[in-house]
Amino acid sequence: MSANIRTLLTIISESSLENRLVRDVQKLGARGYTITECRGKGARGARDAEWDYDSNIRMEVICSRETALAIEKWLQEKYYDDFAIVVYSDDVNVLRPDKF
Amino acid sequence: MLDPIILFFLLGIIAGLARSELRLPSQIYDFVSILLLLAIGLKGGVELAQQPFAKLAPQILAVFAMGLILPLFAFPVLRKLGKFKRADAASIAAHYGSVSVGTYAVAIAYLASNDVSFEQYMPLLLVVLEVPAILVGILLARGLSKNMNWGEVAHEIFTGKGVLLLLGGLAIGWIAGPEGLEPIKPMFFDLFKGVLALFLLEMGLIAAARVSALRTYGAFLLVFGVVMPLFSSLFGIGIGLLFDLSVGGTTVLAVLAASASYIAVPAAMRISVPEANPSLSLTASLGITFPFNVLVGIPLYYQMCLWAHSVTGG
Repeated sequence: MSANIRTLLTIISESSLENRLVRDVQKLGARGYTITECRGKGARGARDAEWDYDSNIRMEVICSRETALAIEKWLQEKYYDDFAIVVYSDDVNVLRPDKF
Repeated sequence: MLDPIILFFLLGIIAGLARSELRLPSQIYDFVSILLLLAIGLKGGVELAQQPFAKLAPQILAVFAMGLILPLFAFPVLRKLGKFKRADAASIAAHYGSVSVGTYAVAIAYLASNDVSFEQYMPLLLVVLEVPAILVGILLARGLSKNMNWGEVAHEIFTGKGVLLLLGGLAIGWIAGPEGLEPIKPMFFDLFKGVLALFLLEMGLIAAARVSALRTYGAFLLVFGVVMPLFSSLFGIGIGLLFDLSVGGTTVLAVLAASASYIAVPAAMRISVPEANPSLSLTASLGITFPFNVLVGIPLYYQMCLWAHSVTGG
């Protein structure tokens, strides 16, 4: 694996979880994150941001593979049962690997 | 004559049912609800400055107690008759014990256009009634045994936009007084009804979006969403009579009791009782009870209060 490869972890979930997600990913070792508002439809119906409760966020975290796995595991245990949440990851090239 | 703001609400419902593309941009909706919350808070704050606080304490306590008791009536009905899961029943019960600021705003507009005066410190009681039902709802769902992060719940309640802006508005109104508020009056008071009209247009769209969910949840929720506010309004009227409030004040209390939350409680419940299905309680409070109160409830509670006052000789 090239030294410049890191894992981009993407979490799409309810905006009511934002504060908790921010806290959780940092606690588990992420050094930063990016959040955007979004909308869509999934197993828990259309979440079209018409209403506070219906709005979604997409959180992107670039981190080491170990951190990404730890975050995935934590999210699965904590939130998968009760919240609308989708998590996926991919390898990405970064210019400054020491930053993540 | 039908108040134009009600027509805006109906327009929203019709547009929503017709699957129109219309929607208020979410930032505008946020802005409109912030304006309403602050305006209501400011109005109450000005009045509070002229009231000895001790005189209001018994009413505050009575309203707080009402917020604790109402969910306790709703919960067994939802459990036994509605056959809801414990978490869902507790969450819906909490919604119905708490208040809807939107309904309150429509009620005061209704009273104003009918030239009915009411005790102006009502916004204080509005804030008081937001909180207790949330606590009862969490206890009903969780019991006392499990470790519950009350700090996080309190943070969610008191930093949520509803309670924060109402309390903030009350404080600013109280500190600034009527003369101090004069320069910002055009923004918050003169525009109130226009802002309320826009708010109701969006609420109509949101309520219509919930109607399709009703088919999933069946007739019980529909009946509950109409009967529960009627039942709760009696408590509000009772407190109004107990403290010898005006007909207008009693009507406002009836509306506060009858309305169901859709801002503070859903947010708090999502954090504290996540296994409760939020779509269930929001369908009831937004899809059924809010339209019922706006279209039928408020004029009905007013008539009930007129009758109650004439019977008790108030």
